[in-house]
Amino acid sequence: MLFGTRDRRSALARDALALPPLTRASRASALLRLLLVAMVVFAGVAHSQAIQPLPFKNRAEKVRFQHLTSQLRCLVCQNETIADSNAELARDLRLDVFQQMQQGRSDKQIKQYLVARYSDFVLYDPPLQADTLLLWFGPLLILLAGAAVVVIAIRRRSRDAGTTAQVPAGQAPTDNEDDW
Amino acid sequence: MTPELGQLALILALLLALAQGVLPLIGAWRGNRALMATARPAAAGQAVFVAIAFGILVWAFLHFDFSVRYVADNSNLELPWYYRIAAVWGAHEGSLLLWILILNVWTVALAAFSQKLPEVFAARVLAVMGLVAVGFLTFILFTSDPFGRLLPMPGDGADLNPVLQDPGMTFHPPVLYMGYVGFSVAFAFSIAGLLGGEMEQAWVRWARPWTNAAWGFLTAGIVAGSWWAYAELGWGGWWFWDPVENASFMPWLVGLALIHAQAVTEKRGSLRAWTILLSIFAFSLSLLGTFLVRSGVLTSVHAFASDPRRGIFILAFLTIVVGGSLLLYALRAPKVAGGKPFNVVSRETVLLIGNLLFAVASAMVLLGTLFPLIGDALNLGKISVGPPYFGFLFPLLMLPVVVLMPFGPYLRWGKGEAAPLKGLLLRITIAAVACAIIAAFFVDGQLKAIVGVAAGVWIAAGTLLFAYKRWREAPRGRRYPAELAGMLLAHLGMAVFVMGVLLSETLSVTSDVRMAPGQTQHIGGYDFRFDGAHRTTGPNWTADQGIVVVTRNGNKVGTMLPQKRTYLRGQVQTESAIDAGFSRDLYVALGEPMDAGNIQGAWSLRLYYKPFIRWIWGGGLLMMVGGFTAAADKRFRIKRGVDEVARTDGLLAQETRA
Amino acid sequence: MSRLLPLFGFLLLVGLFGFGIWWNTQHDQNEVPSPLINKPAPAFVLPLLDDPTRTVSKASLLGKPYLLNVFASWCFACGEEHPTLMAEGSQLGVMLLGYDYKDAPDDAKNWLREHGNPYRMVVADRPGRTAIDFGVYGAPESFLIDAKGVIRYKHIGPITPEVITKELKPAIAALQKESP
Repeated sequence: MLFGTRDRRSALARDALALPPLTRASRASALLRLLLVAMVVFAGVAHSQAIQPLPFKNRAEKVRFQHLTSQLRCLVCQNETIADSNAELARDLRLDVFQQMQQGRSDKQIKQYLVARYSDFVLYDPPLQADTLLLWFGPLLILLAGAAVVVIAIRRRSRDAGTTAQVPAGQAPTDNEDDW
Repeated sequence: MTPELGQLALILALLLALAQGVLPLIGAWRGNRALMATARPAAAGQAVFVAIAFGILVWAFLHFDFSVRYVADNSNLELPWYYRIAAVWGAHEGSLLLWILILNVWTVALAAFSQKLPEVFAARVLAVMGLVAVGFLTFILFTSDPFGRLLPMPGDGADLNPVLQDPGMTFHPPVLYMGYVGFSVAFAFSIAGLLGGEMEQAWVRWARPWTNAAWGFLTAGIVAGSWWAYAELGWGGWWFWDPVENASFMPWLVGLALIHAQAVTEKRGSLRAWTILLSIFAFSLSLLGTFLVRSGVLTSVHAFASDPRRGIFILAFLTIVVGGSLLLYALRAPKVAGGKPFNVVSRETVLLIGNLLFAVASAMVLLGTLFPLIGDALNLGKISVGPPYFGFLFPLLMLPVVVLMPFGPYLRWGKGEAAPLKGLLLRITIAAVACAIIAAFFVDGQLKAIVGVAAGVWIAAGTLLFAYKRWREAPRGRRYPAELAGMLLAHLGMAVFVMGVLLSETLSVTSDVRMAPGQTQHIGGYDFRFDGAHRTTGPNWTADQGIVVVTRNGNKVGTMLPQKRTYLRGQVQTESAIDAGFSRDLYVALGEPMDAGNIQGAWSLRLYYKPFIRWIWGGGLLMMVGGFTAAADKRFRIKRGVDEVARTDGLLAQETRA
Repeated sequence: MSRLLPLFGFLLLVGLFGFGIWWNTQHDQNEVPSPLINKPAPAFVLPLLDDPTRTVSKASLLGKPYLLNVFASWCFACGEEHPTLMAEGSQLGVMLLGYDYKDAPDDAKNWLREHGNPYRMVVADRPGRTAIDFGVYGAPESFLIDAKGVIRYKHIGPITPEVITKELKPAIAALQKESP
């Protein structure tokens, strides 16, 4: 169900500020609390916006920027792209990406730059490599397995069908209520 | 009214649910009519007490009872009454109470409309619903009690998350839950069928209207959620493949497969095992969705605060319900392929192919959603899965479905004739290609948009041609039985949806701009003139409100008022202004004042031109209407005659002997 | 037999979820492991917080290991971490370098005055550019950098006494064993 917010700060801030003093409670919940509090911090206190006018040279450049930033994950609000995120870090990264584009770097180079600093996780598109083989080819395997089952089922049924009487060609479709 | 009465009501509801879940099953097993007859009264009783509990919580919110912790956490003195009601399901505990309330809505409906069902079968169905209720009521009472007190009572509460203070939020959970929970009915029918050894061949027909209705509600719920995200979360997105969105999409896909499988089994008697399995999967995915959101196993913008204890509880519940039903399936599902056979070229075949693709798509979404977790389990590091994954594979899997859709209605059951298919193929190919060529001129040759038009026309033309054929060939008064009409509407809805998605994704224009009062920007053929910003207030917020006047070729289109609201507890919320239209939306979001102190000066704004975006939800709503229409078919209503009564007694006799 | 397949598949899923719940109690889900471990720290040149005319560079710090601690006055969790640093910072055996992240200098100085200053020196990265090179995405974060300028350990979130005992001190000891 829906509770959270694109800006987790407000929801979590409430939790964080409502916390009782550290004197009671078990280790685990204390740790959890600290982590919650850390997440408050990660979202940044200053309310930034994803809206960031930048001086693009032309429409093509703007579209490229929008396309590129929508493929990069915001590490603070981790389910958003840096194009959409309100976090300060997203703002900084957008500026960084823009400046690199101005310097003539390609999309691939810019992505490599960010991956070197933030790991593959910053890419929304899981790269095709050894540890993501299951991810990318899993559905294909499932499809093939399912297709095999379906083909076997159809074959078996149509073999049975072969023994029943054929519908004479040209006969108008019967308007049986059950059978349209 | 003391909240403790609410707790008491829930306890009583649990006891009645236990009775409802256990006694009729024993009765059905032993042929004891008295025990079986406890099902309906127990269900009614449970519903009454759950409704009382829900009512008490609503009352607590309306009367600002901050001594209840849940009320204090989710509302305050300035929150308008309509959002105080919505706040009831705004967080974990209350949303579970909504879940069980809706389960009771379906159960009561089932109890009322199942009078004509054979006694043994009805007893089992209601019992299964009761057992599900037991699980949820136990969960609520032991881990998620909304009636817990907060003492000393604070003078004022916190706030309902501002993102949830929106009409869409009021709709979305109840409607979505009607869908999610509604699949429990199909599930209960299947379990009852398995338990009874499928003595009732007609049970699939009885299950069909319930399943179609549930699917219709789920469609509406997903549409509402998507629309709300678009309006509230800003930035013009309508689907993010977020884990919780996926959690609602998976049952939708499997539910779609189920609807089609039920049609085959009902009319032809074949593929019974598949239909049973799909109904188990559909409800399992609904339960899984509930688990994913509350266990903290996955990060999501939607997720409730995670609590391992709750996670373990739901997991245990999930294991018992789903594991139990899959075990029952393994033991009791029909082993011999029954029903009428079918040829390779037949409607059954295309439906099987379609269902295969829906199931694989659902599996793919599950895999992608869970993969970060798998990555952790196998120590593969932190793996990122997002829209590029889902957005690539999903259309790929749906492409064959789109291609096959027009042919389904034209193919006969059992053995389809190739001749009419050829004529159809020719016609829809011409229509699709012609429209694609015309579209190419309007969309600057962008391939995705052209494909969208072609796909939409392909489906729509096929559907309309079938409607026309039916009009010509079928006798008056029986041209469009509700089931068929529903199918036509839903398929048309799909055409509209596909066009909406591909066109809006390709043709949208977005710009972040800096505007001083008086300046104009030109986006997507429209002129946006910024007339400055000023302060304004609402019931529980103050805002900076901008004025943007939109014109097109000199003619005024509208005035848009984007806001940046600050709620009482300090949360800042961007309320974008949307100028909605049939063929396009205009969307303006306010950013920051260029000079922090001066709101009357220049601002940064984000302007959007989004063509055809309403078609996405329009298509979804058409699908919903299709689902409800099909559910209303007279053919599904049960006619109980004297021989049925005799049959039931005979069945009981048979079973007790067995 | 094939009828049991769905059940087995489901039980596998249950196992995965059970693992997930357990894993969550042990880890912070939002933590992104750094790709810079055992890689050279980025070359940086940053002004001192107290005297912006003087700078500190990576080169100037080579020869001795140090703990670079990213903090900010707006960071709630840094306030939670600070007492630990004040109490145990000097006993770690490495120099403590404060890294003031995206902060107004006056705010930072006031904050240090109020909470205490455990750092040998404090550099300021107001724009946050260098922090991107370090892969910083929030505060507090701490990097253990060895004498050769290689990042050997990163901790995301507040440093607690438990972290010091279980992770930081062993990491420092390992460094000292290499080059006594």
